[in-house]
Amino acid sequence: MGQITLNQVRKSFGEVDVIPGIDLSVEDGEFVVFVGPSGCGKSTLLRLIAGLEDTSGGVIAIDGMDATDLPPAKRRLAMVFQSYALYPHMSVRKNIAFPLKMAGMDPAEQERRVSHAAKILNLGDYLDRRPGQLSGGQRQRVAIGRAIVREPAAFLFDEPLSNLDAALRVSMRQEISELHQTLKTTMIYVTHDQVEAMTMADKIVVLNAGRIEQVGSPMELYRSPANLFVAGFIGSPKMNLIDGAEAAKHGATTIGIRPEHIDIGGEGPWEGVVGLSEHLGSDTFLKVNAGALGTLTVRASGEVMMHHGDSIRMSPQPGKILRFGADGKAMA
Amino acid sequence: MARKASNTSKAVVTIAAWSIGFLIFFPILWIIILGFKSEADAIKTPLQVLFSDWTLRSYHDVQERSNYGRHFWNSVILSVGSTVIALAIAIPAAWSMAFVPGRRTKDLLMWMLSTKMMPAVGVLVPMYLLFRDFGLLDSRIGLVGVLTLINLPIVVWMLYTYFKEIPGEILEAARMDGASLKSEILYVLTPMAVPGIASTMLLNIILAWNEAFWTLQLTTSQAAPLTQFIASYSSPEGLFYAKLSAASTMAIAPILILGWFSQKQLVRGLTFGAVK
Repeated sequence: MGQITLNQVRKSFGEVDVIPGIDLSVEDGEFVVFVGPSGCGKSTLLRLIAGLEDTSGGVIAIDGMDATDLPPAKRRLAMVFQSYALYPHMSVRKNIAFPLKMAGMDPAEQERRVSHAAKILNLGDYLDRRPGQLSGGQRQRVAIGRAIVREPAAFLFDEPLSNLDAALRVSMRQEISELHQTLKTTMIYVTHDQVEAMTMADKIVVLNAGRIEQVGSPMELYRSPANLFVAGFIGSPKMNLIDGAEAAKHGATTIGIRPEHIDIGGEGPWEGVVGLSEHLGSDTFLKVNAGALGTLTVRASGEVMMHHGDSIRMSPQPGKILRFGADGKAMA
Repeated sequence: MARKASNTSKAVVTIAAWSIGFLIFFPILWIIILGFKSEADAIKTPLQVLFSDWTLRSYHDVQERSNYGRHFWNSVILSVGSTVIALAIAIPAAWSMAFVPGRRTKDLLMWMLSTKMMPAVGVLVPMYLLFRDFGLLDSRIGLVGVLTLINLPIVVWMLYTYFKEIPGEILEAARMDGASLKSEILYVLTPMAVPGIASTMLLNIILAWNEAFWTLQLTTSQAAPLTQFIASYSSPEGLFYAKLSAASTMAIAPILILGWFSQKQLVRGLTFGAVK
């Protein structure tokens, strides 16, 4: 079991309210991603759940039991840190076995669990090495191994991939997703990278300034962001946000349209001049200077031969325009 | 041409470095040389000294006149004793300042260091009177106490900077893994801090071994360490260069050997944190 409920959880450091009050429910077996810009409180929230920080108010319940004042070790949660936080003086084997040793587990059972974890994570050949002799990806696997052996109620990941290079990040992302499929244990994952959030999560929690902006599945957030913040944060490249007369035509203060929802050519109602074009091979992203509409990002499939200074016409796909009111909230 | 110029400058720098090194080492070298000369030869001009006969006479005289063993033993007790006590106080202190700092921790550290800025002679009279009244003059217990206190700020500072280098996330990981405070200290912190504690210990032993103000002021014979042993050969009645040199060589030899074998550890300890 690994059901976690937050009820009006608050955290302040001195005068500063980092988290003014959060309600959230994480279901058993769910992969939940906390995403948001730097300083939005996502890591603090994770540390509150872990018990590494004391709450300033509210209740954290794990499987229905109040865990607010329990020490970290008693919460049956395992955490993987950004810096891996391996014990440098211990071999990989001892690192992974450490939580079992602390729990006073029988050595034979310790050994069995360590080899099981090593098998899952392909660490068999490295068990007698020290962390200093491993690559970044291998270290991260050891850190995950140390979390797995405890068979915790839930895993907490604090930006675990941000120290890895781009290629390794993609493969570790898949490994963690597969691990979730295999173990079916609740995972809470903190990242500032919305691509990680979109690709891994069952449920994304978008945080901003210590508040939850929206909770939903990746596609829910993509299709119907609750407000301008989520609209701008989820999706890559960013959604185009247009104010002024064009928005007023749709009865809104701001309208949003994703780069992939603008068609080029024909007799489109919008016109502009191509500025930059970014060729990714499968896609081409054009930065189009569209006068009063501002600079729009437009996605074209495949290789599109557009050059700086070309004039183009564009049309938004019907039904894909999102409308936002003066308060920044989405309009029905 | 560029290459040639850099070779020349390299040569200049190398020669300069060796010259400075030699200059710094020269007094010690000269003491060692003088120790193996007769009193008559020791006061001649340097060239004459170098080419005069070598003898163990001074070492023989020093052995006869004073009790090297007792002074040596006192030095060991004073330096090791004061270091052990200082570490016992400083480890928990540095520990809590590094891992659970309060608002005044920085001020506290500065205050501790500031006590080292006061000239020792400024408190000589009150210290002497205290020692006299408590019957601690010429006692090892009193001197261990003084040496502990004068070196404590440096020990705390060194350990503090060392502990600061241990990433907090590792301790948090241990906490998540179910380690109690005791296990956290025993299995995670101490093994990681051992090199730092070791180099602090070594440096403090050297500092205490060489301390020559309080050891000279507060002892006469019973508790007198090797500094007193050297000083006893520079009496106002007339200098005996050869014997003084022999005594000095005997006094610095143990700590020089200790320093030599632990220099890697020492350099690591002293430069720790300078480069990440």
